[in-house]
Amino acid sequence: MSEKVSPLRQPTAPASPAALVREVAGLIIAALNLDVAPADIDPDAPLYGEGLGLDSIDILEIALVVSKQYGVQLRADSEENERIFGSLRQLADHITAHRTK
Amino acid sequence: MPILATRFLADLTRVAQVLGAGAHVLNACADRYHFTVGLAASLVSGKVSLLPSTHTPEVIRQLTAFAPDVICLTDQADCDIDLPRVPFPGGATLTANPAPVPAIDTAQLAACVFTSGSTGTPLPYRKTWGRLIACVREEGKRLGLSAGTSCAIVATVPPQHMYGFESSVLLALGCGHALCAERPFYPADIAAVLAAVPRPRILISTPIHLRALLESGIALPPADLIVSSTAALAQQLAAEVEQRFNTRLLEIYGSTETGQISVRRPTHTPEWRLWPGVTLSVQDGETWAQGGHIEQPTRMCDVLEVTGPGNFLLHGRVADLVNIGGKRSSLAYLNHQLNSIPGVLDGAFFHFDDPRASQASVARVAACVVAPELDAAGVVQELRRRIDPVFLPRPLLFVARLPRNSTGKLPQEALRSLAATHLKSA
Repeated sequence: MSEKVSPLRQPTAPASPAALVREVAGLIIAALNLDVAPADIDPDAPLYGEGLGLDSIDILEIALVVSKQYGVQLRADSEENERIFGSLRQLADHITAHRTK
Repeated sequence: MPILATRFLADLTRVAQVLGAGAHVLNACADRYHFTVGLAASLVSGKVSLLPSTHTPEVIRQLTAFAPDVICLTDQADCDIDLPRVPFPGGATLTANPAPVPAIDTAQLAACVFTSGSTGTPLPYRKTWGRLIACVREEGKRLGLSAGTSCAIVATVPPQHMYGFESSVLLALGCGHALCAERPFYPADIAAVLAAVPRPRILISTPIHLRALLESGIALPPADLIVSSTAALAQQLAAEVEQRFNTRLLEIYGSTETGQISVRRPTHTPEWRLWPGVTLSVQDGETWAQGGHIEQPTRMCDVLEVTGPGNFLLHGRVADLVNIGGKRSSLAYLNHQLNSIPGVLDGAFFHFDDPRASQASVARVAACVVAPELDAAGVVQELRRRIDPVFLPRPLLFVARLPRNSTGKLPQEALRSLAATHLKSA
């Protein structure tokens, strides 16, 4: 395996919401191989479409990483789904509320 | 709550009444049942369903040029397609005397699908009802679905995509199966929707979704058949899918132009079996398909090796073709769109295996651009108006000039090495 996936193996226990936002940003960047630094992702900009410019293939990739890392299975039929990918911060909030690991 | 044929017939009658006088419908319904009702309503009204591969503003503008009377049937409140919009009407009323099942002439023009032409204009491919149905009836046989048993079809692909159109909507209509209105996306959704429908049940999916399903680690409900298309499935992934679902996995190969033309079981053989009547021939290094349900001889965009009568091997795409997650384009088309952006002096897309990407991730296309007055966000914003987002370049590299050779040509290899150098120095 390349070092790209190494963030998955790091122990996780972020102390604050801001730390989790940065951690999730790092996971997304590693999973999608984006040309940005975690700090460069606006925590309140949309992840999908405009904003970070992700598409549905990326969203599926993020869902996998989130399920492996935090034990959260995303569901499209939940009312929250659009909100979850509304921004990095909302994704992190959703993880905080539903994480099992 | 199952929907029976009487309700379907009432719904299609109701929808046919609101489609207006034009002869063309862009059926943008996201709900597969709504899409199917819209298709049937269009058929009984003698209208042609237009199925472009994407709904970017540029494609919609071209669609209007192709069919000025086109309207957009939508079930999305936030639909922003710039066409006269007809909302999918709610409020079903069942009449005491259900409408009869309509008979559709096999010669009727049912749909028009589009591929991205190299000159920037989508090319239309006209599909008659008879040939569409002949194709999926053959599919039913090849998938081993017995004529007397109705299956429930769950699909992760949109009904507007040729594969989803044929293998969910038309397979259900043409062979007497039930289809699931949902289009489950996340692994947990796919598993839940599949578990909720009665057996026998079929999952129509893609390598991207199947890989996500397996990797998610969730419990997978039993299925009676898994079908994959849009890209070749790695042999190991195919074996794992069969093991985890405890069923057969069949792969379908076809194209927007030809519809599906062949099937294989990848755990048993690498060879594809053609639909009867369909033949392949090689001319000047290009493979052409014709016969059977195919409307006209069609050049295939993949490298195919004929191995016997009715059999072939697939050796990947021809150099110009781009296929990402089942969305197809060509480098020539993408280049045309890139170079039409004001401020872009020169630009080219190319296939690029980003050395930083993980093995399993979906391969994208990259682009080099000469645009001293523009920034990356500006170029991407303009591209987004013109091309499907899956083709947005990753990475997009700004360079002083493109590595054109003495004849002005741009070897892909030169672009790749320029990109590799660029990434190293970044």
